[in-house]
Amino acid sequence: MGHLLEVENLKVHFPVRRGVLSRTVGYVHAVDGVSLHVGKGETLGIVGESGCGKTTMGMAVLRLIEPTAGWVAFEGVDLTTLGGRQLTELRKRMQVIFQDPYASLNPRMTVRHILGDPMRIHGLYPGRQCEERVAYLMEKVGLTPEQGNRYPHQFSGGQRQRIGIARALALAPQLIIGDEPVSALDVSIRAQIINLLIDLQAEFSLSYIIISHDLAVVEHICDRIAVMYLGKIVELASFKDLYATPRHPYTQALMSAVPTTDPRARQQRVILSGDVPNPIQPPQGCRFHPRCPRKFGPCAESEPPLIPIAPGHSVACFLPQ
Amino acid sequence: MTTAPLLSVENLQTHFITFDGVAKAVDDVTFRMDRGETLGIVGESGCGKSVTALTIMRLIKEPPGRIAGGHIRFKEQDLLALPPAEMEHIRGNRISMIFQEPMTSLNPVYTVGDQIAEMFVFHRHMRPRQSWEQAVGMLRKVQMPNPEKRAHEYPHQLSGGMRQRAMIAMALACAPEILIADEPTTALDVTIQAQILELMIQLKQDTGAAIIMITHDLGVIAETAQRVVVMYAGRVVEEASTQALFEEPLHPYTQGLLRSVPRMGQRARHGRERLAEISGVVPSLYELPEGCTFHPRCREAEKICRRQVPEIKELGGGRRIRCWRRE
Repeated sequence: MGHLLEVENLKVHFPVRRGVLSRTVGYVHAVDGVSLHVGKGETLGIVGESGCGKTTMGMAVLRLIEPTAGWVAFEGVDLTTLGGRQLTELRKRMQVIFQDPYASLNPRMTVRHILGDPMRIHGLYPGRQCEERVAYLMEKVGLTPEQGNRYPHQFSGGQRQRIGIARALALAPQLIIGDEPVSALDVSIRAQIINLLIDLQAEFSLSYIIISHDLAVVEHICDRIAVMYLGKIVELASFKDLYATPRHPYTQALMSAVPTTDPRARQQRVILSGDVPNPIQPPQGCRFHPRCPRKFGPCAESEPPLIPIAPGHSVACFLPQ
Repeated sequence: MTTAPLLSVENLQTHFITFDGVAKAVDDVTFRMDRGETLGIVGESGCGKSVTALTIMRLIKEPPGRIAGGHIRFKEQDLLALPPAEMEHIRGNRISMIFQEPMTSLNPVYTVGDQIAEMFVFHRHMRPRQSWEQAVGMLRKVQMPNPEKRAHEYPHQLSGGMRQRAMIAMALACAPEILIADEPTTALDVTIQAQILELMIQLKQDTGAAIIMITHDLGVIAETAQRVVVMYAGRVVEEASTQALFEEPLHPYTQGLLRSVPRMGQRARHGRERLAEISGVVPSLYELPEGCTFHPRCREAEKICRRQVPEIKELGGGRRIRCWRRE
């Protein structure tokens, strides 16, 4: 206990409809039984390739997408059953930063409105306090208060992401979920935003969930990391353990696939064959077995559970290495 | 240098004339490449790397584009001086290109087999049946699973990785001397990226084609290219062998770029170091800074950097750099 956020057996299934009557013919198992927790001031990373369910998982935690099953507890309060006012109350303590700083800011609102609206909606920081806080937030994220009257299109991509971060901070939340917060940015701008996220965390003792496909970025920011494949967590460990001794064959393949600029760090590459299978009909048994270089008998028959193999290090594999 | 290079680009300038002014997308780009080598071009969005490639392919629409100066020599021919009909015999045949997003660069209303077969019909004057067999053969060569069946499918029926394989099959159909790959793996997941890069390296060994690898990903460059050209705001700022560039970058921009990227395994081994930032933003092509275009973001900028554009200097050993501070 004592975790800020706890997620237990979370599932999100999207119905697939076909035909004139749009009958449900199946379900996309986007998130299929994910359990994890985030401590106070901790950063949890979620990595995986596109379609693994990492974004859906993040949105379901915020209930921006309704979970199909499972529960999400924020400071011990189950979010999945809350409605109306109670949910609004909790939402101001958990905020989100989106990937695309072009699509996630309202083009018809000035920065002052973008940052001030959440405060007005939640009835916080009335009157002058709101303006002061907007100016304060802008300075915190490296913009000047004078830029408050501008519209999003007048900013560069990196500056827009700074606005997105200021918006997430506006209500002084405890948890921020960052969905690919630096992926859309130019290489030379990424470091600015990564450093900003780390600085803000220390200053406001924030907890983060950072969702990303970039293994190097996740390692740099996160304390613990969950690797997802087809809606499930296949490995969960501290950044140190995960990068020093990855145990799941998928994690190993993922890491060896990342091109490195350091010739000394170059290792034998594990190249996976085939594509990620269709999440409407995930493979029987272990979901990774059709692509796995180490598969053997039981892998095609039953699904390996996520079990601890060392303190703080869990793997879902019958043959962890 | 006794033999002429396979391709040499000299003082290339490609501008776009728009209502907002003249965007100098490529403003003085010079490089050369030899037979069978892989040349990396690296830079951020808007640095002119894609426009350079499109200019080589003569795919810049005029207007709004305008090739304001320079030469592109492919063996003995100046591509910029060729009449369009002759260029058609080079494009896709002797120089071909693959693009970042295979979904938008494949034609959605033809099967991939048809699209590859068209290459043989157009450039090799083959009959339909023979060209189809060749197309299936190309799909097999790029390790498309079940090529006979996949040739009858449309692009939307293929996964991202398979589409990129189909693009590569089409580009290599006529055994080109140069393959230009513009961010070929950026839209792909990392495990699929590894498959495609492996395939490209293998096909290059088989066919002997020279590759221009254009990307913003320094890791992809490090793993594929022998030589690297670094571009910033329409100009080449540094050129070196891959090893020299990653071991000892000289230009402040290249240095900043390499230091600003977290490396996988770094923190787990050595603890967290703060990433070095390059301050400021990439300049707008409409309002490029006076002097060195990098000076507003450069830690080492001096008076001369703000006033005068530095020339690119040969340092020997194939290294070139455009910087006043490295005189």
